[in-house]
Amino acid sequence: MSIHFPTRAADGLRNTQQRRNLAKATNTIRGKTAKVTAELPDWEALRDAGKAIKQEAHARLDHYLLQLEEMVTKAGGQVHWAADAAEARAIIVRLTKAAGTDQVIKIKSMTTDEIELNPALEEAGIRPYETDLADMIVQMAKEKPSHLLVPAIHKNRVEIRDLFRAEMGEHGTGLSDRPPDLTRAARAYLRQKFMETRVAISGANFAVAETGTVGVVESEGNGRMCLTLPQVLISIMGIEKVLPRFDDLSVFLQLLPRAATGERMNPYNSLWTGVHAGDGPREFHLVLLDNGRAKILADEVARETLHCIRCSRCLNVCPVYERAGGHAYDSMYQGPIGAIVTPQLRGLEEAGSLPYASSLCGACHEVCPVKINIPQILVHLRGRVVREGHAGTGEALAMGVAARMFGNQGALDWSLWAGRLGQKLLMRDGTLPWLPPPLSGWTLSRDFPALPAESFRDWWQKREEK
Amino acid sequence: MRVSLFITCINDSLFPGTGRAVVRVLERLGHQVEFPLAQTCCGQMHHNSGYHDDAVGLVRRFVETFQDAQTIVIPSTSCTAMVRGQYPYLAKHVAKDEGLLRAVEEMAPRVFEFSEFLTQKLGLSDVGAYYPHRVTYHSSCNSLRSLNLGDGPLTLLRHVSGIDLVELPNNRECCGFGGTFAVKNAETSTAMLTDKMRHILSTGAEICTAGDNSCLMHIGGGLSRQRTGVRTVHLAQILASTAEEPWA
Repeated sequence: MSIHFPTRAADGLRNTQQRRNLAKATNTIRGKTAKVTAELPDWEALRDAGKAIKQEAHARLDHYLLQLEEMVTKAGGQVHWAADAAEARAIIVRLTKAAGTDQVIKIKSMTTDEIELNPALEEAGIRPYETDLADMIVQMAKEKPSHLLVPAIHKNRVEIRDLFRAEMGEHGTGLSDRPPDLTRAARAYLRQKFMETRVAISGANFAVAETGTVGVVESEGNGRMCLTLPQVLISIMGIEKVLPRFDDLSVFLQLLPRAATGERMNPYNSLWTGVHAGDGPREFHLVLLDNGRAKILADEVARETLHCIRCSRCLNVCPVYERAGGHAYDSMYQGPIGAIVTPQLRGLEEAGSLPYASSLCGACHEVCPVKINIPQILVHLRGRVVREGHAGTGEALAMGVAARMFGNQGALDWSLWAGRLGQKLLMRDGTLPWLPPPLSGWTLSRDFPALPAESFRDWWQKREEK
Repeated sequence: MRVSLFITCINDSLFPGTGRAVVRVLERLGHQVEFPLAQTCCGQMHHNSGYHDDAVGLVRRFVETFQDAQTIVIPSTSCTAMVRGQYPYLAKHVAKDEGLLRAVEEMAPRVFEFSEFLTQKLGLSDVGAYYPHRVTYHSSCNSLRSLNLGDGPLTLLRHVSGIDLVELPNNRECCGFGGTFAVKNAETSTAMLTDKMRHILSTGAEICTAGDNSCLMHIGGGLSRQRTGVRTVHLAQILASTAEEPWA
């Protein structure tokens, strides 16, 4: 089913609670991230370093991935390769079943959303429990995340209280809507899950080829619980997340928290290498997912899409995201990064409206911690939408006419003459308050200026004649 | 100095007054203006909408028309950003034409946005203008983030005598125009415009100015629709206005 951004955005624009939450939250986080990035004298150098490391890793991705596999295996872990979402789902379901359990705990992971893991687990009789507070809320409400980092940003505390009362059994009984009470209830509910569940599924922020070390950063401590308490840990990671050296973490562990939450350091930074007798999980599985990434890498302009470290700073500065909301993007990747990732993962036939979901204002490129030129990639993808025939035929026709008009001075003069004649019917007080479709979108909220009797060119030519 | 004017299609057809103002300012400063008649459009609408083959045709036309020009001045931030920032992309990745790439790269340093030409090429801050109105300045996204014009346009405005210049709150945020975005995503564009107009109205200004008539067509269209009484006027028209000859 294809994603029609304008229609989905219209719903978001009318969602009063979400509009207010997003305006408030993005404004706050913009201020915080601006402050903690400005205080580092070498912030620009860090951004350049982050970009350079990603370029290096992706230029020799085969080498680093094989090295990662070798080092993870040496440390007692197992590596699984998944070409697409179906393979990844099958691997994870098989591993979970082999552990003999019917429930798993999960750490916030966009990659598991990307491969639609939860429905596959449920179908196999395994119940997944999200343990990140906001992801848990979204899961309980049977909704989709609306922000990369703050998935329940669209909900208010009264809605959350009602949800907890309905879904948390004894922990939700008589609950108030005060944030400390909500947090206490979630904590008590989750502790029980942490203690009784034998398999955890996580994503990964980084994996180091040199050492086989995998890393997750988080704020709530639920991740640390999942990574240490269960007997089996299954981590899934897109192949683009590999870093060549352990030292590279010194760059990304600074870039990510400052760009993401406006913190100087993440509250929890978990790094683990394989398995260790008497400490932590007995089994560690790393699933390496392609799912279209190699294809993105082959596109010379769009490949830097894969530099993304999922900080969500581009969402927080995007005027379109702030108003349309995350659900308009119909994907676990929202905002500007979603507008370039989703069409490349799911194809332009399905997601061809997303590259157009931007005014190309450039705020995202300006703040991206790894300097992804999102506006350029948006325009590049628009070119592919047109070339692959996914643009409307009416639009293509109009653009063709415009190209011929601009290709020839005589045709342009004639068009202006015809326009001046045509507008007489529509003109009121020197403006055009109504235009026919497809230009009716303009006159939804704006008058259009009428063509003046004399163009600049006419004026210039008359002046030259004198 | 001999200056070749690229007027842009929007200014030529819809805002000819901006072009006349540019000519007046440049001639008042003692420069010789020429207007190559073969020019049409920079190709931005086609490019930003994904019609890259059509855009390449317009790149070639621009290069043919202006290849011998010493200095090219454009009274539009987005068209200047198109020529300097996007022509190389089209030449390299769409036309795949080394010769065209060399031509557009060689031409880029000779291309100036109008206020940039005044402040950076000529080193001016006072161009002798007089404009007795309360004015707020909208810094277009391309001015801020593609051309990095910084405070240049504001410096010119601060030196206009008689002006009552008021700062626009939240002035780094996009107005919501975005070319065909304004039509394809008309509702989101409108939501952005509403907030921009709210900030403009909060300043009590009579006039909102900018270096780009495409943003101003959108903002001005909204201000007109809401009968706010606030008008939009291109920066060049403010700079062209003098005590002896006020700009109409």
